[in-house]
Amino acid sequence: MGVAKYTKDEKDRITDVTLQSGIHVKACYGPADLESVGFSYEKDLAEPGQYPFTRGIHAEGFRSRAWTTRQYTGFGTPEESNERFKLMISHGQTGLNVAFDLPTQMGYDSDDPMAEGEVGRVGMAIDSLRDFEIAFKGINLEKIGSGLTINAVASIMLAMYQAVAEKYGFDPKKISATPQNDILKEMIGRGSWIFPVEPAVNLIGDTIEYSMNVLPRTNPVSICGYHIRESGATPAQEIGYAILIANAYIDNVLKRGYDVDDFVGRFSFNLNVFGNIWEQVAKFRAARKLWARNLKEKYGVKKDSNMYLRGLFGGGGYGLTKAQPENNIMRGAYYALSAALAGAQTIALCSYDEAYTIPTPHSAIISLRTLQLLMDEIGLRDTVDPLAGSYFIETITKEMEAKIEEEMGKIEKVGGIVQAVATGYVQRLVSQQAYEYEKGLQSGELKKVGLNIYTEGEPMEVELHEYTGESAEKQIEALKQLRRERNDREVTRTLKELETATRAGKNVMPCLVEACKAYATVGEMARVFRDVFGEFEEPGLF
Amino acid sequence: MDTRPIKVLVAKPGLDGHDRGAKVVAHALKEAGMEVIYTGLHRTVDQIIRIAIQEDVDVIGLSIMSGAHIPITERLMKKAREEGIDDKMVVVGGVIPGRDIPKLRELGARGVFPGGTPFSEITSFINENVKKS
Repeated sequence: MGVAKYTKDEKDRITDVTLQSGIHVKACYGPADLESVGFSYEKDLAEPGQYPFTRGIHAEGFRSRAWTTRQYTGFGTPEESNERFKLMISHGQTGLNVAFDLPTQMGYDSDDPMAEGEVGRVGMAIDSLRDFEIAFKGINLEKIGSGLTINAVASIMLAMYQAVAEKYGFDPKKISATPQNDILKEMIGRGSWIFPVEPAVNLIGDTIEYSMNVLPRTNPVSICGYHIRESGATPAQEIGYAILIANAYIDNVLKRGYDVDDFVGRFSFNLNVFGNIWEQVAKFRAARKLWARNLKEKYGVKKDSNMYLRGLFGGGGYGLTKAQPENNIMRGAYYALSAALAGAQTIALCSYDEAYTIPTPHSAIISLRTLQLLMDEIGLRDTVDPLAGSYFIETITKEMEAKIEEEMGKIEKVGGIVQAVATGYVQRLVSQQAYEYEKGLQSGELKKVGLNIYTEGEPMEVELHEYTGESAEKQIEALKQLRRERNDREVTRTLKELETATRAGKNVMPCLVEACKAYATVGEMARVFRDVFGEFEEPGLF
Repeated sequence: MDTRPIKVLVAKPGLDGHDRGAKVVAHALKEAGMEVIYTGLHRTVDQIIRIAIQEDVDVIGLSIMSGAHIPITERLMKKAREEGIDDKMVVVGGVIPGRDIPKLRELGARGVFPGGTPFSEITSFINENVKKS
């Protein structure tokens, strides 16, 4: 019964269900429930495509446009990743979701001692524009959008994406990158932070400001409730914290003198699907509404389309189990169903073998097929917001809205999200919750198939993606060759300009694009930031 | 009789930032009466060994989710030998495929606890096998 808590009587009859966000589910719902939560069709729902967008951001939902399928992909050298990107595209995938290895995410070159053992392991290794030229070769960047799963050095990777697009003759105004670029969530969970909070948030402001003018189809920031949830947050906290984090980025750009309507329409979200199906559907519907209301009422956003919560709703890795791994295929299908019932724009699924290692081509395509099957085979494109009007769904959507606001209020009370992350308040809270959850699983209070119930059967052998040191050696060799061949004077000049701009507090993006074009490495550019900004100091756990 | 609690260093070596598991285990060890020090993220092997010496811990627990558990454990054991603290118990947890467990033991990891290992198994293993310094 998974993530909700169930109370039963001696006859195994369920007497209470408590969802993770604290909502109690009743045995039956009716008109009186809608009345008790103060539900109003006009105010709480309206038509699909109309404020507050509870029913979705498009009038006809998936009829007008199917969701984008975007499996997280990338490993080894840029050549190997390019091959896998093309494989996924040839199987009908409609967007890329690029995985970088840890040295790249942390701003180290492949030959840095810090990178030892990690090059090309959990994503592709990128040292310079030359690697991007290989990774994106033969891919139409005006047609295929790319999610770039990178945060601390997202500014560098966005600049490099522009540089590679220009190199291949694509118009920067037509390319669509979605760098993840959400550093506050990295500080809460996932942990790929480098710089202290203030300059790190400022770098995000730079990418938003720059994209507004130069990369208008790019979504410069993707706020990730996803990883906050994976770290132990409840669904209500996931959304509440994501909205507060988005507001922190908005505030940074507003300080630069822009109108909120100029940029906020390009914000996107990366949210998690894991848990009780009804709670998930209610969460996404409430999230759309609260985001729109936040923008309209707090920031005075005028244009409707700027209030859309556009998002990648991804099947959560934490829901998967190592035990009986094939069950993860079914879990993925139900997570995708939840996301589709809630009107996702983009869906990705963790593959069934990800509790072991990064996916094989076989398992990645099973995930893609799962998404395609839901869309083309069982009717999820038929009508928009199919659960609307259900006494149950509308009641818990309202209740979820209240829970999210309650969580936001708690953070405002401790000084706001930036403060709550800098002091470790959020981190301590979610890790305590993660511990409680784990205890629930281990005691059997929370049920998980194959893990603590129905555990019978032979252990299954999983075919594992192989990591050999060979890719790393090739990558380091290519980097050495690059250092020999590039114009050093140009590298030094562009890096010096980057440093000057950084110290002066100017927008660093134009200098990053120049440095990328001169084949400066990710490590060299990140070094400039490290020298100027210093590094984030992690607050204590206990 | 020695009543001093067992002192455990929960360490996150390497660049991987997924720390849910490390923190959850840190909570569990603390609740089991051990003294727990958490290194925080992105620690080098040298930094971890230095903290282990400074804090005079009994156990070093490495949490590794990136797949780099073998090279990292190898480096840590080498450094521990060089610094003369290879008598301390080293245990490894994280995303560890079953086939790598014998190799990790061979390298000197006393206990290997892949994700999902019950807390009771980890705490009783440490309680039974630790040699307090």
